[in-house]
Amino acid sequence: MTAISESTALAVEGVTVSFDGSPAVNDVTLTVAAGEVLGILGPSGSGKSTLLRSIAGLESLDAGRVSWHGEDITGVPVHKRGFALMFQDGQLFPHRTVAQNIAYPLRIARTPSEGRVAELLGLVGLAGFGTRRVTELSGGEQQRVALARSLAAEPRLLLLDEPLSALDRELRERLAGDLRRILDETGTTAIFVTHDQDEAFAVSDRVAVMVDGVLRQTGTPAEVWRTPASAEIARFLGYTTVLDGDAARVVRPLARGPVALRPAAVVVTGGGRGVSTDGSREIPTDGAPVAATVVRSTPAVEGSRVRLLVRGIGEVDGIASAQHPVTAGESVTVRFDDAGIAELP
Amino acid sequence: MTSRVRVRPARVKPARVKPARLKPARLKPAPSTILAIVLGAGVPLAFVGVFFAWPVAAMVGRGLFVDGALDLGGFADVLARPRTLRLIGLTIGQAALAAVVCVILGLPIAHVLYRLRFRGQRMLRALVVLPFVLPTVVVGVAFRTLLREGGLLGALHLDGTFAAIMLALVFFNVAVVVRTVGTSWEGLDQRQEEAARVLGAGPARVWLTVTLPRLAPAITAAASIVFLFCSTAFGVVLVLGGTKFGTIETEIYLLTTQFLDLRGASVLSVTQLVVVVLVLLVAARARGRRTAQRRVSSTQSRRAPRLGDLPTIAVTLLVAAFLALPIVALVLRSLQTADGWGLGNYVALGGTGSRNALVVPVWVALGNSLVIAVQATVIALVIGLAASLVISRRPRSVGLRRSLAGFDGVLMLPLGVSAVTVGFGFLITLNTPPFDLRSSPILVPIAQALVALPLVVRTILPVLTGIDGRMRESAAVLGSPPWRVLRDVDLAIVGRPVLAASGFAFAVALGEFGATSFLSRPDRPTLPVVIFRLIGLPGGDNFGMALAASVVLAAVTVAVIALVERLRVGTMGAF
Repeated sequence: MTAISESTALAVEGVTVSFDGSPAVNDVTLTVAAGEVLGILGPSGSGKSTLLRSIAGLESLDAGRVSWHGEDITGVPVHKRGFALMFQDGQLFPHRTVAQNIAYPLRIARTPSEGRVAELLGLVGLAGFGTRRVTELSGGEQQRVALARSLAAEPRLLLLDEPLSALDRELRERLAGDLRRILDETGTTAIFVTHDQDEAFAVSDRVAVMVDGVLRQTGTPAEVWRTPASAEIARFLGYTTVLDGDAARVVRPLARGPVALRPAAVVVTGGGRGVSTDGSREIPTDGAPVAATVVRSTPAVEGSRVRLLVRGIGEVDGIASAQHPVTAGESVTVRFDDAGIAELP
Repeated sequence: MTSRVRVRPARVKPARVKPARLKPARLKPAPSTILAIVLGAGVPLAFVGVFFAWPVAAMVGRGLFVDGALDLGGFADVLARPRTLRLIGLTIGQAALAAVVCVILGLPIAHVLYRLRFRGQRMLRALVVLPFVLPTVVVGVAFRTLLREGGLLGALHLDGTFAAIMLALVFFNVAVVVRTVGTSWEGLDQRQEEAARVLGAGPARVWLTVTLPRLAPAITAAASIVFLFCSTAFGVVLVLGGTKFGTIETEIYLLTTQFLDLRGASVLSVTQLVVVVLVLLVAARARGRRTAQRRVSSTQSRRAPRLGDLPTIAVTLLVAAFLALPIVALVLRSLQTADGWGLGNYVALGGTGSRNALVVPVWVALGNSLVIAVQATVIALVIGLAASLVISRRPRSVGLRRSLAGFDGVLMLPLGVSAVTVGFGFLITLNTPPFDLRSSPILVPIAQALVALPLVVRTILPVLTGIDGRMRESAAVLGSPPWRVLRDVDLAIVGRPVLAASGFAFAVALGEFGATSFLSRPDRPTLPVVIFRLIGLPGGDNFGMALAASVVLAAVTVAVIALVERLRVGTMGAF
């Protein structure tokens, strides 16, 4: 994927940015194709925002270069790159109205703004908001205005720095869908930085996982989801248990390396409610139920989250449906669901 | 990590193996950016250098060098005089006492005016800030009217006492505490107090253990500024203190003008400078600690008054009455003439006073004052804005950031250095080419601009440093070149504060007396100079004219400040 081809719009090669001598971004190389949306996923402090700022031209590089359609733009100042960057908290100009904020890049480009502002307000679902003061808007509305402002001048590349992180869950999910739709409708090439994998997978064509300043894995959301490149990435993606050796082969008899499990991979299918521990069963083969003891059970939205001591494996997280209520100390049988299991290299 | 703090330590570049095929690339600042920084820092530095540092250094030099050789004997000589020692002690003691009294009175008022919400609050706020900008000479005259035999408080026999000076100093400076502590208090998140109460702390304990520690930096900053103003107080002490009481500042004035003892004066200037720098360092430290706090908007922190607020409200009303009293006394007395009540004193302003005390009619002096104050405001604003824009930058290099902090400190110096020293320094330095300005009319506005400059910077700078760096970055990414970012973000946001600062500077320049008294030419006096002259030559209509002229000067100041208050800029008058 790092090969630079005809369709490559943005190329980042060997970029390093350090603060205090320690690199925040370390030798990162990536490409983005025209019209593509790349999600950069990583935990807090992984350097993903610094990478985004470097692409925008807001950080000076210690090494490496950034190019656009083959032209080196490493030395081009921020305002001449034709990109747009949207921050987590929008950074709208408080002394301008909604419409004046959106028209800002248009005025710089000396393009007529009136029709375009109305069009953009419609696009982000805020038709008629033009004369409002930005300080009167809710957080979600502010982010919509910030998105409209970023899109106004039809940027060659849209950079989004955790644009939805400051919002509450329900709004975040709805806006993630809106964002994807708007990016599709406008055909915008974009890089989207987030620490939330659901958001990254919902919005991006391709996902790059960044840990400690280094790009660790790149691929489609499905690829990254099914085959995380390391136990660390698996844990970050919501896999709670990593098994190795014999324990791994209990879950996947043919596994060659470690196996990562999400809670949904271990499902309580039988027992519970008064069945006492006897511990006499054989270790079953592929697909058959396995005996386990409930260590702890916590109610969840559907059924409960459970901590299980599974024969031949040890303690793992699992789920029990509402039909199988369990309490600590009970003996149960569990089944493994392939959809929640990933084999690690 | 998304909300990265923009202030970072400098990069230390370690020896590093770089990828061979890619050469390191850095964004170089454009030549125009460098030019802007040089102009922004250079013009204010040159101004402060030529019109402040040089004159002060020249004055100081007179004390330290005798016949071209360094001679510290003057210090031992001057500082050993009993009178000098007494005055230094008096200066420090009276400034410290005034600072303590201002804090004690200012805290309840800050609570009432910035944490409560009630009708008439804005008028009270305006009344409290008013004394701070009233010309010192006017305040001196007002207090004498109030305290002398036959005055409203004549029965207390305070005229010419230490208590009278103390009252006047508190009158002037309580506003500094109220505004500085108030704006800080207004932004405190109430939930910390609520958390403490839920944990079982009573109201007094909450205040002592949660509120007070968070206000402490603001209180320290305000107290040190009050100390500074009081220890360099000039006009008011000169009018009220007579020969018995004084400050280092009035002593410098006496030594230079009456006894022509330049050496003694400059030794005192150095002593004062040392004290001032120490106090400014304390204030700067306190300001630095304060910025770390998270602030909430004032609409969240203010509430309706409750029964428990009665004591603080009572203190506020009492102090408000105390602040209004001298002004009322002044206005009433100005309407009394030899023939009973009337406008006679005001009519006399068209003339030059009994025994031809004045060279020009008072109205002409008012005209001079207005013109000069406008010039001073323009100078202070241009210099102050340029300096604030530069100081508000946060460069990555530690060295550069330190020099910006130092630059900020230098701009605060005129606040505390004796205006008399500056004024006299002007006379001995700016008399040779290329700065032969001694007879130039521009000298007075320049001196007044110096006095107003720190106030302009303190009003504008906090607003500029409060702008999130990412807002500038947003504008840049959207296509704004640096000059446009400056215009659309910095200047747009700082518009109202700049307007407020200019009104504030204008009011201060209008009432400036210390340096102006040295520099204004006899044929072009300002109103405060004329008032002082009228008090100095009593008899006939002169004292009545001084009162009427004081009322006129106060009225103009009040009008300007009332306009400025409408802009609701919280940083004005806060330190």
